[in-house]
Amino acid sequence: MKYDLVVIGGGPAGLAAAHAAWEDGCKSICILERDKELGGILNQCIHNGFGLHFFKEELTGPEYAGRFIEMLRSTGVEVKTDAMVLDVTHDKQVHVVSAASGYEVLDAQSVVLAMGCRERTRGAIAIPGTRPAGVFTAGAAQRYLNIEGYMVGKRVVILGSGDIGLIMARRMTLEGAKVLACVELMPYSGGLTRNIVQCLNDFDIPLYLSHTITDIQGRDRVERVTVSQIDNKRQPIPGTEMVFDCDTVLLSVGLIPENELSRATGLEMDARTNGPVVYENMETSIPGVFACGNVVHVHDLVDFVTAESQRAGHAAAAYCAGQVAASTVIKPISAGNGVGYTVPQHIRMDAVTDAVSLFFRVRAVYRDAKIVITDETGAQIAAFAREHLAPGEMESIKLPRVLLDKVQGALTVSIEEGK
Amino acid sequence: MYDITIIGCGVIGASLAYRLSRYDLRVLVLERENDVAMGTTKANSAIVHAGYDPMNGTLMAKLNVRGSEMMEGLCKDLDVHYQRSGSLVIAFSKQELLTLQEMYENGKRNGVPGLKLLSAEQTHAMEPNLADTVRGALYAPSAAIIDPWGLCIAEAETAVKNGVELRLRTAVTGIEQQAGHVLLHTSTGDVQTRFAVNCTGTHAHELAEMAGGEGWEAKPTRGEYYLLDKSSGDLVKHVIFQCPSSVGKGVLVSPTVHGNLIVGPNAADADDADDKRTTAPGLHEVQTVARRSVPTIDIRQCIRTFAGVRAITNRPDFIIEPDDVCPGLLHLAGIKSPGLSAAPAIAEYAEKLLGQMGVCYVEKPDFDGTRRVTRFKHLSGEEKAKLVAENPLYGRVICRCETITEGEIVDAIHSPIPPCSIDGVKRRAGAGMGRCQGGFCGPRVMEILARELKTDQMDILQDQDGTFLITGQTKMGGAKA
Repeated sequence: MKYDLVVIGGGPAGLAAAHAAWEDGCKSICILERDKELGGILNQCIHNGFGLHFFKEELTGPEYAGRFIEMLRSTGVEVKTDAMVLDVTHDKQVHVVSAASGYEVLDAQSVVLAMGCRERTRGAIAIPGTRPAGVFTAGAAQRYLNIEGYMVGKRVVILGSGDIGLIMARRMTLEGAKVLACVELMPYSGGLTRNIVQCLNDFDIPLYLSHTITDIQGRDRVERVTVSQIDNKRQPIPGTEMVFDCDTVLLSVGLIPENELSRATGLEMDARTNGPVVYENMETSIPGVFACGNVVHVHDLVDFVTAESQRAGHAAAAYCAGQVAASTVIKPISAGNGVGYTVPQHIRMDAVTDAVSLFFRVRAVYRDAKIVITDETGAQIAAFAREHLAPGEMESIKLPRVLLDKVQGALTVSIEEGK
Repeated sequence: MYDITIIGCGVIGASLAYRLSRYDLRVLVLERENDVAMGTTKANSAIVHAGYDPMNGTLMAKLNVRGSEMMEGLCKDLDVHYQRSGSLVIAFSKQELLTLQEMYENGKRNGVPGLKLLSAEQTHAMEPNLADTVRGALYAPSAAIIDPWGLCIAEAETAVKNGVELRLRTAVTGIEQQAGHVLLHTSTGDVQTRFAVNCTGTHAHELAEMAGGEGWEAKPTRGEYYLLDKSSGDLVKHVIFQCPSSVGKGVLVSPTVHGNLIVGPNAADADDADDKRTTAPGLHEVQTVARRSVPTIDIRQCIRTFAGVRAITNRPDFIIEPDDVCPGLLHLAGIKSPGLSAAPAIAEYAEKLLGQMGVCYVEKPDFDGTRRVTRFKHLSGEEKAKLVAENPLYGRVICRCETITEGEIVDAIHSPIPPCSIDGVKRRAGAGMGRCQGGFCGPRVMEILARELKTDQMDILQDQDGTFLITGQTKMGGAKA
């Protein structure tokens, strides 16, 4: 089976990439989705707040996914659901298995990786204590509630203030559970401000910053947890212990791009994002293999996933049409002071038409700060003033071509604290 | 009247059950939990020790070396993950090099094959990621890594397939020696049996006390571990031990048969026989000590921490003997490390002792001591295609981290000892063992379990009884199209 483009993952990233590629004239496209339905994690995000940027209206997760699924219906894009990709070879053979079609090898001219991300677990953060039932990642709990229709607890403590945890604080409360506390290791929340307000404050759920769960108790089911304040070395401060009698702990302690396939394929990876290194058009280190969405870096808003994935889809279509974005002038971008990572990690100057957008996250909360772009000579290329910067909100800047032309060697993005 | 009743179905009870299932005997196995392999068997280092460590002349020394000899063939027969990785005990000082020399000689006396003392250069050539401070090592090529609960389940299943009766959720509450037989009081009724065997691990002393004797003093000791993601699975190729001290064999670093890296254990007093908690200081100790061996261990790659309890007693050796007061009761107790390594040999030895106690062995003509399991991810592309064509359920990947298919999960659910929990499926099929720890596949495994067992999803447990996941329906709950 031959395709111009095989898209791995039928969540928001894969859907947008496939649609953009189709619009650009790529005519044989196949989306491979491991779940039973398209839409990815949006299917269990039944709350609203999606689409404000992209559709200029407020949608629920399933509605947002539904828009794209509807848009694809009128195209010739093929979809295989319940289909798991086992391997992508260097020459873009995609090995896939499904109950419906068995074991197949698809020959792809180009590939878009859009596998999304997974949640960090209790194991990843090694919370001490016993190991009873009742400790769920927020996303797993969300699936039980919103897809399966089951409640997973009555008295809940949430560790981590990532967006899914905040959303689940509200969701569990609306379903009659008592959410006792949201506990955050960092001195600031990892989620969007609007979620802190709408999901915690509106329901009088206390948020304990610079705190963590130091012990989980209960033999069979969670019975209580101990929460302690931590010092600046993240060590619990003795004497600050609070004990919560609860039957459930939800974890919202970070998301990790799911790149097992990317690694097995041999893509160059970025240790800071846990995603593949990409160029300005979302192409990875293997020509014709693109990546977009949470598999590249974790986004806060699906609207931005869509925008990024459309760029990947357009680029894949261009690649299939023979427009290879080879360039000898490659400008690497590095994360400087206060910046965790950047996407893209490289810019190919020949491929840039009018401007390049850079996405990144800062490492701490800043007020009245400047985002500063410098080059290898230390010359300042551009500066962008920001009233507020926080790790929980992805930042972006647009660099016009005229500025990029001035850059000597590598670019660095850093934060300068204002006063 | 049963001929033999085995109390406890961890790896010791299961090894004995498997061994006895070849004979024409009425054998009963009692297990207090809802599944087999629920105690120390599922929480240990997963190592088959070579046998240089236990002092020559002890039962531990003899049975460890014999068990290590038997293990490879046993795992082949039962299709259990086993890999003869070899082990290195590393030394950081002159003093420790002397300890290696003593262990080498003790090992020779114990009959451990192939032992070699290595120089620092030889050691680093074999394991480049070891610390520069390593000054030499004792190499034991016969040491191996194994799937411990997999072995227990395979033996128990094969025993059941060959006619052994297994009663789960049955705790023994009293033991009486009667004329010519033993009467066991249990939570599911009395059992009459000619002989009983105590394989209750960290609880073994409780049974000895029930029988009316003095027993021994239990000193349950917790060991805490980190399990690291497969990305760290090839940091070392051998089991890496440090020199043993008075508190045990120390913290090891080892690949697992599932491709992960295991780091641990420490040794901390347990509150009781089931005290499997981890603690912040304990885990900290484990990672600090392990970094002495392999400085580049990245603990952020951890996917799970856990603790197991060692069945340590006030007696230095295994306690394998008939009870003083109740002569029909044979104790296989105090089975601490190297208990897993010795398990098949302990069973062999127990069979002999039971013979001396009066059991007659007549082989069954129809005994089948083998077992085969389908493992999708280990098949070639061609084999995968063929399998999915025969049964489409093998084409539906449920556990994406470990590539475990619905076919394999359904196989596990309909195996001779059907699991009733998500972790029971995990221990059999491997779903949920990966880096997302069942975050994605847990709800789907629950759904498959409920469907195959024809029960409600609300009744599906995470693990042992009481580990319920669902507390009720949502307001529109369960209303599915």
